[in-house]
Amino acid sequence: MLQISEEQNKEKEKQKKEIGKAYGKYAKQFTPKPKYFSNCVKAFLTGGIICVAALAVQNRLQAAGISEKDAGAFVTMGLVILAQLLTGLGIFDVIAKHAGAGVIVPITGFANSMVAPAIEFKKEGPVLGVGSKLFTVAGPVLVCGISAATVTGIIYWFIEKF
Amino acid sequence: MANRKIGAQTVRFENRPYIIGRGNIGGKKEGEGPIADSFDQILDDDMFEEKSWEKAECKMLEAAMEKAMKRAQLEKENIDIMLCGDLVNQIMTSSFAARDLHIPFLGLYGACSTMTESLAIGSMLVDGGFARSILAGASSHFCTAERQFRMPVEHGNQRPTSAQWTATAAGAVVVSEWPHGITKGMSVVRVCEATIGKVMDAGIRDANQMGAAMAPAAVDTLLNHLQDTKRDIDYYDLVVTGDLGYIGKEIMSDLLADAGLNRKKIFSHYDDCGTMLYSKEQDVHGGGSGCGCSASVFAGKLLKDMEQGKYRRILLMSTGALLSTISPFQGESIPGIAHAVALEVE
Repeated sequence: MLQISEEQNKEKEKQKKEIGKAYGKYAKQFTPKPKYFSNCVKAFLTGGIICVAALAVQNRLQAAGISEKDAGAFVTMGLVILAQLLTGLGIFDVIAKHAGAGVIVPITGFANSMVAPAIEFKKEGPVLGVGSKLFTVAGPVLVCGISAATVTGIIYWFIEKF
Repeated sequence: MANRKIGAQTVRFENRPYIIGRGNIGGKKEGEGPIADSFDQILDDDMFEEKSWEKAECKMLEAAMEKAMKRAQLEKENIDIMLCGDLVNQIMTSSFAARDLHIPFLGLYGACSTMTESLAIGSMLVDGGFARSILAGASSHFCTAERQFRMPVEHGNQRPTSAQWTATAAGAVVVSEWPHGITKGMSVVRVCEATIGKVMDAGIRDANQMGAAMAPAAVDTLLNHLQDTKRDIDYYDLVVTGDLGYIGKEIMSDLLADAGLNRKKIFSHYDDCGTMLYSKEQDVHGGGSGCGCSASVFAGKLLKDMEQGKYRRILLMSTGALLSTISPFQGESIPGIAHAVALEVE
């Protein structure tokens, strides 16, 4: 008896899922498609400009006698500071609305994902507000990124060993 | 005893309570929209001179309630019960507003359907003789909703085309057994019927597809209402859903036509508050949403239009998406609900 009801439940679940799928497809007809091409162009251009500008600054620094490693670190810091400042001034999200991945993928996106919750949760206090929520956006990215890096590292180590 | 119940889901009010006061307030963006002049107050800054967005929303709800009481020429001592809700966890806005206003309070949660939920229950209380005058309202704030359900406001993410914009707005009405303050010759809106909706789940999992998630519930409630009252859609000058937005509105129209309603009649008699509150140039993608969307449009534009004679009969159907902050992450689909309240000018 119990088994039958379990099977029935499964059947019901399956039916529900199928209805959901069909309705989702139906609803999609009414949803305007995002402008993939122009979005990609915009992201490419802004991302490219950021990277070119960063490299130009790095070259300048190197020409002034700073080592390549230090110059790179300075440029990274500069990008992070700039993104943080723009987030604080409420400009970053306006840029990101148009530039998309162009500003999210470079380190500027990381800086934004830390400062945005920091501003947001300031009212809940420095420890239980900012402290606990600072990584709400960046945290999952870090966890998954580090996990993926670890797995890749292990695979790489095996390949090298044998 | 249940002599006011008609059909499967509808109640008909014997005494047809009067809506004698209305008040609404909108944020900056709402004040730049096409119905800006229907707001009693528009904020220059969505913080409303407060320290947090939650406090700002609370102040907005209070302001809307006070406006409604002022129009009704009633003091808060004359209000028997205040019924309202919002989107902030544990309906913080409403409870805190009730703390300040000091009126007996029933907190409600129907997500964005709260306006018609409070109006329907409030009208039942008045019609049944359990209260003389009640306050019904709802509020939402873009920033309080965004931080709770989505991302921090300053986070630079891109919104999908189907995403809707939570209205920074509040609306409230005073429902009374007596047309207090209404002089002869003045038109007054009365509450005639209410249809309580069922929770419908069509299996939408995308929290950015609210209109599509709620449309089946709205269709179900409307069809049941029409069946219970033995009416056609053109009985009403306007059937208006709460916050289905552009996508949901199209789905709703299509589903209604599928159910056998006349397409022309649907086209000329049906609209959605989420498509009225903002213009398409305001970058709101799918249209407006939130409790405050239908509450402020109803307590502003719609009631005003009724008083001025533009509409005689309106069926207001606020729609709610009953997801929680955790349910989408547990793989749950988004259930929708819609309650309908029929209003008539006298």
